[in-house]
Amino acid sequence: MLRYAVRRILQMIPVFIGVTIILFVLRAPGVLPGDPVRMITGERAIPESLREQIIEKHALDQPLHMQYVIYVRNLLQGDLGESYQRGRPVVDIFAEKFPNTLRLAVAAIIVEIVLGLTAGIVSAIRQYSFLDVLLTLSTSVLVSVPVFWLGMLFQIFFGIRLKEWTNDAFYLPISQMSSAQFPDWVHLILPAITLASVSTAYVARIMRSQMLEAMGQDYIRTAEAKGLKRRTVVYRHALKNAMIPVVTFVGIDFGVMMSGAILTETVFSWPGVGREIFLAVGQRDWPIVMGGVIIIVVIIMIINLIVDLSYALLDPRIRYGGGAE
Amino acid sequence: MTLRDPGNVTAPSRTLWGDAWRRLRKNKFAIAGLVWIVFIVAMTLSADLWVPATFGDPLAINTAPGASLAPPSLEHPFGTDKLGRDVFSRVVYGARVSLTVGVLAVSISLAIGLLLGSLSGYYGKFIDTIVMRSADVFFAFPYILFAIALIAVLGPSYRNVFIAIGILGWPSIARVFRSSILSVKENEYVDAARAMGASDLRIMVRHIMPNAIAPIIVYGTMSVGGAIITEAALSFLGMGVQPPTPSWGLMLSDAKSLMFAAPWLTIWPGFAILTTVLSFVLMGDGLRDALDVKMKD
Repeated sequence: MLRYAVRRILQMIPVFIGVTIILFVLRAPGVLPGDPVRMITGERAIPESLREQIIEKHALDQPLHMQYVIYVRNLLQGDLGESYQRGRPVVDIFAEKFPNTLRLAVAAIIVEIVLGLTAGIVSAIRQYSFLDVLLTLSTSVLVSVPVFWLGMLFQIFFGIRLKEWTNDAFYLPISQMSSAQFPDWVHLILPAITLASVSTAYVARIMRSQMLEAMGQDYIRTAEAKGLKRRTVVYRHALKNAMIPVVTFVGIDFGVMMSGAILTETVFSWPGVGREIFLAVGQRDWPIVMGGVIIIVVIIMIINLIVDLSYALLDPRIRYGGGAE
Repeated sequence: MTLRDPGNVTAPSRTLWGDAWRRLRKNKFAIAGLVWIVFIVAMTLSADLWVPATFGDPLAINTAPGASLAPPSLEHPFGTDKLGRDVFSRVVYGARVSLTVGVLAVSISLAIGLLLGSLSGYYGKFIDTIVMRSADVFFAFPYILFAIALIAVLGPSYRNVFIAIGILGWPSIARVFRSSILSVKENEYVDAARAMGASDLRIMVRHIMPNAIAPIIVYGTMSVGGAIITEAALSFLGMGVQPPTPSWGLMLSDAKSLMFAAPWLTIWPGFAILTTVLSFVLMGDGLRDALDVKMKD
């Protein structure tokens, strides 16, 4: 197990180096044509003293490889630079927004697991039934829906139309600021369903195909031959073995969601990491955008590592199976 | 009494593609997707002939009183936007942007992905390591954020959107093609060709590629849908196609502040994205079954 963990962690190093090289090339002053200082500060006019400060801090007068070394050194020290619009460290800005994103991600994962698993299991047990065809078609539709459009439709329907039709008796809050009379978790409902929509479809699809595969295995026939009830066979034997790929997907998806659902947060004005990046894009505040990207990549890498390690712990086949290929 | 209808015994010899088409034809969903795509392409290609004359120029700003934010009517079936432009006409012209970006982006991904994937799968070893580790680096990024970072550097524009989406798409194509090549490479006819002295290039192009291409056709079809949805998302965030070009994502971005006052601005561009992307997904699903490609869900 230890050997697997070490190998898995070592595998992260080249990926991390590759990521930093790409981000360095993208944001690195001087790599792309144009004034390097302008790339950092944006369109704003700056005093000469600040200009010199920037050149010194990013070592713009140094050769390229030195600039990269300095970039990575700053990165490892947790220094992602400062926002030029707000003059605050990028790390602080994201630390402030992160709890909001985390809450939304947890809520979305719950929706994804409950709806996705149920749909997948029902489809598999009643393969080729009307319900199965309907559920499978709905997953294709969900995968094709632009999430930001779904969020807008939800707001129009649950926030406004429903309120009109029921004479204000029933509706859902559409943004966190809008109405204070709701308990906190109610504000999460629409954004969480929106954020979970595409993933729910994937969970349902994976669950269905895994269940069908598991149901065709020899041990299922053995269990049935022993005279076990169908319920027991399905839930105790098939489901348990079908779950592994699903849980892996959900784990990885959790990383992606935590890292800021930029579209969902934008459409619901949810004050999280993703919306922060969206706002920074509009203000051409590149330190926030690039800093946000690297934070998110690191979060995703760590979560994927945890998912992989916990699976190696639970499933010996992964541990001894050699590479992850 | 004959056991068999003699007509069936001498069934015409069929090609792989003929077989696949026969199977695809039976898939109602895939055909519905195909029909919808053909319909959209026909609409948008012929748009110059009838749309501006009937419903108004998609770019013409109309400041006359009452022209702005008019609800759907016979004259303007999808209503008008804040600047008095006909929404139907903008949705029809928006299809050009979406389909062009989708096809061009996937072409770029295919060009890079097929080249690197085939080198990686055919030669293995060092090249394989380099290509696959680079793909891992690309996969480490959340897709939409990577696109935003790329466009932040390139500058938001129509051209840069499909370049960015195209560049980001190669690792998946390369991976799919590589594994497909790895399984085809083991076939005896490849050894036979090599024994006959065929060059690497000839073996690759004549013997391996035609047999390894099916998963790419499936994946490429679905990718067009993915590229369309990404373009819409980027334009929605202001990092894509710039105004006044009619793009579905950009229209939704404009609609956001008018969502409640003028819901028609939200409904139709989104409906266009959904149905177009869905068509490519259903086509892809159908092709997967028709070509008997085994892919992970």
